[in-house]
Amino acid sequence: MSPIPEISGWWLPLAVLGTSLVPALLIMLLAEHRQGVRTVLNLGAAVVKLALVAYMTWGVAFGNNYELRFGMMPGVDFVLRADAMSMLFAGLSAALWLFTTIYAIGYLEGAPNRSRFFGFFSLCVASTMGIALAGNLVTFLVFYELLTLSTYPLVVHRGTPKSLNAGRTYLRYTIGGGAVLLVGVALFTSLVGDVSFADTGALVSEASYDATLLRVAFWLLIAGLGVKAALVPLHGWLPIAMVAPAPVSALLHAVAVVKAGAFGIVRVVYNVYGVETAQALGVLFPLAVLASITILWGSVRALFQTEIKKRLAYSTISQVSYIALGIALFGPWGSIGGLAHLLHQGLMKITLFFCAGNYAETLGVHDIAELDGAGRRMPVTSAAFTIGAFGMIGVPPLAGFVSKWYLGLGALESGMPWVLGVLVLSSLLNAAYFLPIVHRLWFRPQTAPWPDEHSFGTGETNRWLLIPTIATAVFTVGAGVFANMPYSPLRWAMLVVARVYTQ
Amino acid sequence: MTAVSAGQLLPWLLVAPLAWAVIAVLIESRRGALTIAVHAIGVLLHVALGVALYTSVARSGPAAHALGGWSAPLGIGLRADGLAVTLVLLTAVVSAACAVYVMTTERAAHDADAETPRYFWPLFWLLVTSLNGIWLAGDLFNLYVGLELLGLSAVGLVALGGSETALSSALRYLMAALLGSLAYLLGVALIYAAYGTLALPELAELIAREPLTQLAIALMTIGLCLKTALFPLHGWLPPAHGVALTPVSALLSALVVKGSFYILFRLWFDVAPEAVTPLAAQGLGVLGAGAVLWGGWQALREPKLKMLVAHSTVAQLGYLFLFFPLAVGTGVSAAALATQGMLLHLVAHAFAKSAMFLASGTLIAAAGRGGVADLAGIGRHMPMSLFAFGLAGVSLMGLPPSGGFNAKWLLLQSALASGQWFWLCVLLSGGLLTAGYVFRVFRESFVESKDSQFTPTPRGYDWVALTLAAMAIALGLASQAPLSTMTSGLRVMAGGT
Repeated sequence: MSPIPEISGWWLPLAVLGTSLVPALLIMLLAEHRQGVRTVLNLGAAVVKLALVAYMTWGVAFGNNYELRFGMMPGVDFVLRADAMSMLFAGLSAALWLFTTIYAIGYLEGAPNRSRFFGFFSLCVASTMGIALAGNLVTFLVFYELLTLSTYPLVVHRGTPKSLNAGRTYLRYTIGGGAVLLVGVALFTSLVGDVSFADTGALVSEASYDATLLRVAFWLLIAGLGVKAALVPLHGWLPIAMVAPAPVSALLHAVAVVKAGAFGIVRVVYNVYGVETAQALGVLFPLAVLASITILWGSVRALFQTEIKKRLAYSTISQVSYIALGIALFGPWGSIGGLAHLLHQGLMKITLFFCAGNYAETLGVHDIAELDGAGRRMPVTSAAFTIGAFGMIGVPPLAGFVSKWYLGLGALESGMPWVLGVLVLSSLLNAAYFLPIVHRLWFRPQTAPWPDEHSFGTGETNRWLLIPTIATAVFTVGAGVFANMPYSPLRWAMLVVARVYTQ
Repeated sequence: MTAVSAGQLLPWLLVAPLAWAVIAVLIESRRGALTIAVHAIGVLLHVALGVALYTSVARSGPAAHALGGWSAPLGIGLRADGLAVTLVLLTAVVSAACAVYVMTTERAAHDADAETPRYFWPLFWLLVTSLNGIWLAGDLFNLYVGLELLGLSAVGLVALGGSETALSSALRYLMAALLGSLAYLLGVALIYAAYGTLALPELAELIAREPLTQLAIALMTIGLCLKTALFPLHGWLPPAHGVALTPVSALLSALVVKGSFYILFRLWFDVAPEAVTPLAAQGLGVLGAGAVLWGGWQALREPKLKMLVAHSTVAQLGYLFLFFPLAVGTGVSAAALATQGMLLHLVAHAFAKSAMFLASGTLIAAAGRGGVADLAGIGRHMPMSLFAFGLAGVSLMGLPPSGGFNAKWLLLQSALASGQWFWLCVLLSGGLLTAGYVFRVFRESFVESKDSQFTPTPRGYDWVALTLAAMAIALGLASQAPLSTMTSGLRVMAGGT
């Protein structure tokens, strides 16, 4: 029996959503100069949300159910529900939101339009919470679209022609993707009905439906989700959206947008179709091929980028597809690898983006070539960057190694040994584009003065920027070293996978 | 508490606004606090009547009333089913919002000793009366009277703009309105000649599929399509809705064009489902698709903000006509889904479009000029108006959560259920075009420029627009209840055709 009382928890998912939705509206109404109130609202909401999510995760681990359900329109319910899978994403969002908020407060000090920025920032996190807690496809779609709308003002935040054009590209991809997803959801619902996500899939038996239409619906759903997950060839928006401020890039890449797409793919395969049905329909193999192409393509393109953020962007395209790859490898090991990577990639990538932001804000450095000797000037940031980079390459005992290890096991188990080749090749490419940066940081002398240096008293940079960077770097190490502790990303992924496979 | 039956309430929804129209004429020369107070009372009373009627019918079913005790065929019969009372309530709420917007303008003008246009209030109340008359009419002739009165008061309101373009637009509108009524009246005459009655329930029993009846229905349909500005008969709408005073544009786009559409719906699905053919329905659907695409394309290219919103109305009205091919000659479930989707779209569009017009008017007032390009950098100064514009845009684009999304979803499901993939493509392209023109406005607003000057506007403007937009959004989370009221008792829900 569960050690915590079986409270009827319909209000908990609502409260988790409310902790970003309500602050979002309050912050937008706040006058620009009320910085103190805004900071308290931001951080207070983030902390309360983290506590609520932690409590809910604990309950879910012991098999509690938290569900809110009401009729949205004829034949369709609005469902918010916490299951093991949703806590995977909700936990990631809640934890990283806190750090990104701290970072953003420091990053935007003195900048204009902060009420608008933080308002939409909170709205964006509310959307990811909704995506995590959505209990059926339509509810998922609601928050998936809300995410598009709330991230647009963040992408164009600077208001320059370049960022406005980036915003237009971003919208073209995401609104188009949303439309495709809508058709997929509508088609699936018209075939099967409005079904809730279930651990082993909502499709009880694929035999009673037209298999071709089920496949069409599957690929429509994947195409719609693939835009945000930046699957090749739907990835074009991501490098362009790099003009946004650093905390936005961090949020888009590590938590919100790409992860929403990846998490959606997870939901579709596991909780809508069911992994065994998906295997029976023969859609997993093409998905694995698609993910592999994306992994290699992203890495190759990353090699040729000279801007730090651009290289990180292509790296994201590559790394996020590890998740899709893990999902497509039929068998528990691959699933564990993919799901754990959902969290691991978030931790590592957000660290790297924080570092990129620190270099830009402190030294004015945007290009990789300007980083020579930055390790001496900013040792803490550079150490964090090194941890993130090694993690991405998959050096043990860091988080990335754990993901790749399980993905490798999954490749063998699912009878697709060629995937091992993809993993090895991709790791080599990761090393090829990350190690030169690390080398420049630590082993090259500074040749030119920093382009635009700021001094922040005693520390190497603004404390608001440094603390979150250290924290996520520590987590990157911790997720690898303590992978076997309860509630670690790996262990939680194992718990989810134990519920996903029927045998 | 004494229970007032819906039947007793019915006449008051015509009498009260008519009385206020008379009062408005009497106090027309006065300005300031008195007029505001008088009309505020009228608006409150009207909303209260609308709420009372809605709850009464939603709870205890449809009602009827014979004016002055004269029953059909001699007297004027009023009847109220779930759909009619929902539209009465919608009219009360949206017109109240527009009235508050006008009152805000009048107060600001009074404080600044400026002039406000005359004759707004008498025409406003006349418009409300005729709308209620249409929603509640029990026979084809009363529908004609309502339609004519609606057209005339709407033309008068457009002409209030006063400028030369306003007058010429109003004149063009008048021509279209008269021509439309004429075609409708011809049809009514043919029906009367054939069946000897114009009462809707009796006609529904009698009407048969025969050439003369079909001719009559065709004539009425053409007239009503002209009045609803269905593509390609929409030419009069953008100038009329685009140049009118802001609250007038909101009333016209949200409510007035829905009046003639409502008659068309009643005609096809309540009165003469036996006489209409799937081919004709497909034809209306094709024109609707044309409206969605052409209206959207025009809005994408339009340099003026209010004209952009007006073109958007043409496109959004097109969605209403996609209902016909989905509901005629298809199965029961497809027809039911299409009806729900269409009615929800009608209501959601009323909220969203009135909000969008009011927000646009506020933005234009702040910028001092009406071009989309003149909004460059307005984001910093008018966040509330933009937020209202954006919320309304979400519903128009059909993004969740909003009434517009639910409506689109239901129409999509209907298209899938009846295997008509073509309409699915139209629905999607329409949404993408809408996103295109809504984000054009936002793109300008986010420009960071230092040199633009904006005048502050009254706070009340933003609250009115935000309230309406919030209703369009809220409809997305709670559309069950209004939908079940609206569709209860409709023949098409039971597979009438």
